[in-house]
Amino acid sequence: MPISTAPDGTPLWRRRTPRADLLVWFGWLCGVALAVACFQFISERTIWAFVWDAPQQGADLVGRMFPPRWDYANQLWKPLWDTINIATLGTALAVAIGAPLAFLAAHNTTPSVALVRPLALVVIVASRSINSLIWALVLVIILGPGELAGILAIALRSIGFIAKLLYEAIEEIDPTQVEALTATGASGAQVLTWGIVPQVMPAFAGITVFRWDINIREATVLGLVGAGGIGMQLEASINTLAWPQVTVIFVLILATVLASEWLSARVRHRII
Amino acid sequence: MSLSAAPFDAAAAARAWRPPPLIANPWLRWGVYLGALVYALVGIGTVEVNWTRAAEGLERGARFLAGFFPPDFVTKREDILEGLLESLTMTVVSTAIGIALSIPVALGASRNLAPLPIYLFCRGVIAVSRSFQEVIIAIVFVAMVGFGPLAGMLTLAFATIGFMAKLLAEDIEDIERSEAEAVRATGAGWFSWIAWGVLPQVKPRLIGLSAYRLDINFRESAVLGLVGAGGIGDTLNTAFDRYEFDTAAAILLVIIAIVLACEYASGWLRRWVQ
Repeated sequence: MPISTAPDGTPLWRRRTPRADLLVWFGWLCGVALAVACFQFISERTIWAFVWDAPQQGADLVGRMFPPRWDYANQLWKPLWDTINIATLGTALAVAIGAPLAFLAAHNTTPSVALVRPLALVVIVASRSINSLIWALVLVIILGPGELAGILAIALRSIGFIAKLLYEAIEEIDPTQVEALTATGASGAQVLTWGIVPQVMPAFAGITVFRWDINIREATVLGLVGAGGIGMQLEASINTLAWPQVTVIFVLILATVLASEWLSARVRHRII
Repeated sequence: MSLSAAPFDAAAAARAWRPPPLIANPWLRWGVYLGALVYALVGIGTVEVNWTRAAEGLERGARFLAGFFPPDFVTKREDILEGLLESLTMTVVSTAIGIALSIPVALGASRNLAPLPIYLFCRGVIAVSRSFQEVIIAIVFVAMVGFGPLAGMLTLAFATIGFMAKLLAEDIEDIERSEAEAVRATGAGWFSWIAWGVLPQVKPRLIGLSAYRLDINFRESAVLGLVGAGGIGDTLNTAFDRYEFDTAAAILLVIIAIVLACEYASGWLRRWVQ
């Protein structure tokens, strides 16, 4: 333990040695310097005159957002239902593809460590790296605007998420149960359905519900690039500067997201 | 039971072991199955798909993908570099500010540290910050401070607060009470109590979450450009708008590469800390 000595000879407890102190201080210095340098870069690209009147702009914006045009909500139920559909069907599709993919990627269930596993991992990483909004941007160009592009965008992004968490769960299973089954002479498929699947089932259900919850949130903005759902109405309202309608949309999104989060938390709490 | 006389034995079949289902209550279980089936039928039924347009899309998609190859890193090199630098700087600053602000919010949102009014206020901040997708927050910030990376930075910082504060508060609520109490018993003030009794217990989690959030912030910074909040998303959107698909492909590859690098770095950091 680092100790320094006071002038009168009594030992004083120190948290770190002087050398470690210096290193920590230097680390903080580097971090702060980096952040300041980065901020300078951003600040060079900012028109500060626009920023200084931000409070005024903000007040103006809020002023235009109120009072909300509540009767606009009647036109929003169908887009809201579409949004929920995009999230749910997209999640279902992602589960259908992601779950087998997870078994191909997990170390202990993959048919071939040398060939199939790296391939599955590449698919997972490519799917995870690209945000669903970018997927939607690409798919809208290919498939045309509409819910189909949204569903596929959600699915493409979720495949990697679901497969990654699930394959990690599969790799963490208790191997003794699998061994016991193998010892009874069970075939590969039987070991899978009786030994591995029951062990990862709770994790699987939890991951699916969790991703569904995230997808609801993501589906609300897919419409900004034309991929269906309530985001289309948001885009239209913002483009026509109909801020009272934007408020109504925000309130609906907030309510939907909170409800889905509550539901997902309840389900996960029950399962785990 | 003899082997030779083996007609179907209903009693034995009933006794055969089955794995317990995930949902124990049969009413709930079949209800969930039935609900899922009905929803699937209704949901798929109400999705409007223009199949002729989608079929045309396959051909269009082939042409589109052909336009992606070969990725063109060179022609718009300046723009890509500029967008990338904007994204990276946005990520660093927003993560730093977000974490700095999220710590007080997390302390306020822990029921074992904060009185009820502060607790409710901080939980409210977290709920608002987490409920809205980053892109929606970016729209509001762009309307307030104008186009450019500052709007993106503010957005990411705001989103970071909700994420970090929620997860950190959960960890703070789970701390070992006796350690914090021991510090308190020495007569420590509130700040010393937090610094020596609480912080050391949540520090690994704080560092791990920060690394994770850095990773997320970069990923998000790539899409904020779609609504004009700066970063590489801006460059990507421009490339799409100008039908420069080879440049778009190059940008997507750069994003994937950086995300991969971030993920490995943050994974390594988290393993090292925990």
